[in-house]
Amino acid sequence: MSLIAKDAPGQQVLLMGNEAIARGAVEAGVKVCAAYPGNPSSEIIGSLAQVGEDLGIYVEWSVNEKVALEISAAASFAGLRGLTAMKQNGLNVASDFLLNLNLSGTKGGLVVVVCDDPSALSSSNEEDSRAYAKLGDLPLLEPSTFQEAKDMTKWAFELSEELGIPCMLRSVTRVSHARGNVKLGEIPKDVREPHFDTTHPIIPLPVAWTHRSLHDKLAKCRERFETSSFNIYQGPEKPELLVVTCGSSWLYVREAVHNLGLEDRVGVVKLGTTWPLPGDFLRRHLKRAARILFVEEVDPFLEENVKAFCAENGDELGMKTFLGKASGDMPDIGEMNPDIVTETLKRIFRVSYEPRPSEYAQNATQIALQHAPMRQLGFCAGCPHRATYWAVKNALAMDGRDGFVLGDIGCYTLGIAPAGFSQVKTFHAMGSGTGLANGFGQLERFGFHQPIIAVCGDSTFYHAAVPALINAQYNRADFLMLILDNSATSMTGFQPHPGTGRTAMGQEAPVVDIEGLCRALGAHVEAVDPFQVTETTHTIYRLLQKGKGLRVLVVRRECALVRGKREGKLFQVRVDQQRCIGIDCGCNRLCTRVFKCPGLVWDPETGKARVDEAICTGCGVCAEICPSSAIIKEVA
Amino acid sequence: MLLLEKDPLNVIITGVGGQGNVLASQILGQMLVQKGYVVTIGETYGASQRGGSVMSHLRISHKDQFSPLIPQGLCDLVVGLEPVEALRVLGPYGNPGVLMIVNTRPIHPIDVISGDAQYPDLEQVLKEIRSLSRRLWTVQATDMALEMGDPLFSNIIMLGALSATGILPLEREDLERILGELFPPERIPANLEAYDKGREAVQEYSP
Repeated sequence: MSLIAKDAPGQQVLLMGNEAIARGAVEAGVKVCAAYPGNPSSEIIGSLAQVGEDLGIYVEWSVNEKVALEISAAASFAGLRGLTAMKQNGLNVASDFLLNLNLSGTKGGLVVVVCDDPSALSSSNEEDSRAYAKLGDLPLLEPSTFQEAKDMTKWAFELSEELGIPCMLRSVTRVSHARGNVKLGEIPKDVREPHFDTTHPIIPLPVAWTHRSLHDKLAKCRERFETSSFNIYQGPEKPELLVVTCGSSWLYVREAVHNLGLEDRVGVVKLGTTWPLPGDFLRRHLKRAARILFVEEVDPFLEENVKAFCAENGDELGMKTFLGKASGDMPDIGEMNPDIVTETLKRIFRVSYEPRPSEYAQNATQIALQHAPMRQLGFCAGCPHRATYWAVKNALAMDGRDGFVLGDIGCYTLGIAPAGFSQVKTFHAMGSGTGLANGFGQLERFGFHQPIIAVCGDSTFYHAAVPALINAQYNRADFLMLILDNSATSMTGFQPHPGTGRTAMGQEAPVVDIEGLCRALGAHVEAVDPFQVTETTHTIYRLLQKGKGLRVLVVRRECALVRGKREGKLFQVRVDQQRCIGIDCGCNRLCTRVFKCPGLVWDPETGKARVDEAICTGCGVCAEICPSSAIIKEVA
Repeated sequence: MLLLEKDPLNVIITGVGGQGNVLASQILGQMLVQKGYVVTIGETYGASQRGGSVMSHLRISHKDQFSPLIPQGLCDLVVGLEPVEALRVLGPYGNPGVLMIVNTRPIHPIDVISGDAQYPDLEQVLKEIRSLSRRLWTVQATDMALEMGDPLFSNIIMLGALSATGILPLEREDLERILGELFPPERIPANLEAYDKGREAVQEYSP
């Protein structure tokens, strides 16, 4: 049984941060959970979906983050507890509703979890979502540990319900995508009857009244924060330096202070409630030292707000020296780690610290650099996107008018890299390739003649491309839309979506037909299988040449990983060592040098290609590209 | 028995996306939590399915929750699911006392496949790893996994190999219980077999 649903109060278990958040919601008696997947947040809803039926929780993958928030809010309006979870980009999508919802207020506890991705380990941008809490006057909690991730989530529901506004919980990659010990609490058995009070409309008007009321709620929230056990001070009575920190940075600070032996000289204020600031708590501890160092990820959120607080309380707190992002003592981009904090403290205290002999460090760094070739990202073996971009590359070359591809967010973003033959020339937000194509598609009147291809995945199509396609049809934008339908939200862990025929909780669902929807717009629509490489190439070429208006080509082939898990290999593929002429072939190693599927390797000893059977997924596409027909595919 | 009593004990499991690195670290972590340890695991898998280097950091302690990232130079044990990935982590995290367990089967990076980079000679890689470590064990985990019918068994084979070194208090019964929580019953016997095979196959490296 999943640990999320385990009814074993007091037991210590190992949970991923995202699972801990999910467990916190379960312990709070959440009833409705909705989200659109996005790393590092996806496992929150993913793990809840697995236990939803057993625990009587409704869990759905929604079409996008704004809709997901609206679904959770509806539960709240009916008096139930609701949760939504998203990555930082998702909050941008959901923010339009959120920044009205703060004014209208909520009923049942409503928690908005945002998982930021400092250093953009699995993101297109780096963004600090905490700005939205300040912008929307919303309570903000930031867990440092896995236990806190669970406990804070539970508390966030209570807080939201008491105050009548949504509560934000901000996690980061090193909490969400990390694992640690969590002591389980009780799962409540109480039942609430959902009901919407029709005598009290939930609206943000009149703003003069609701905005005032929101500020009053936030003042009450600050009172609650003053006594929160999530805010702690550790260190001597009068430290030489006071570190103010939050989130996973707290663990880095603790470790750096310990490794440098600075426990008697450094005090650490760890904040779990970061907006509104708990003023009385801060005042007590800011008095301890004249030098303050801020350690946080990404923006100087605490840094700027605590500085303003110090200015307001100057009479009592006196002059301070602030060290942080603004002073250049901490990096002002990217994620933190123990080494960054160690270096900063070493510099401030002028202490020396050598975790390993410097000769070893130099040697190891040099040897690793010399012998370990870098691994750039590529498509998986058997990925349909490799075949699609191969066809796109050849079709654009045949067309010869310097056409190019506008992309967006998904596995197929890798079309920007050599793995996708560097065909994609722009990518930004979900659906933005299609929006940009609308713009390029109007430039002919100014003498622009390059053909335009927009690509989007199936899940992205539903999320954000549909409005742009409606716009294209209405305004007669001229471009070719490729919908790369691999029947999964693969980038984030294969979550189902409106095209897959099943729901988050595993029930059958009606398939929202991509071709039918596009045809209803009035677009010209065709579909191909990218593994039929020649046919796909010629279809793209023909649609490019055909010109005028919106043309949609659905390029459909299931994600190799999804298929592989279910069925194993499609073909047994091998390289016929007699037929492969290797370096003497005029192809100049087309299969390995250009096509670059990780399942095909070049054997320097024989000077020929061969299949790596540990990697090959048996798609058979390479058999179609070998000019000597040396790659043999046989039905597995 | 080589049980390390350092606190925290820092372990890196490294490999290439798709090798089952994250699952191996999760299983290892759960085995240790069952033994009463406080464990933190940091996982870097933004691009795990797509051929990139993937690393899990495990911090194993009797008393405290440590950060999910190991400080530079402080790794005690590396479980390398791929040889050059094992060597790569020694750059930032190695030290003269580090212990190494390495699966000897290379996975070629795209740049090697395309001819833009060279994959080093395996024997050379193992020699360099040995020169930068206290002890090195090797296992032909992928080859054994392929014999069992699925390359994905290699991560469990590596856990078996790790258990045989005695560096960590790993017990087969703990694994069995955790597999029962993670997998459907029909998949458990083959995974236990993989673990046992890894226990038998691990060898200390001598050049």
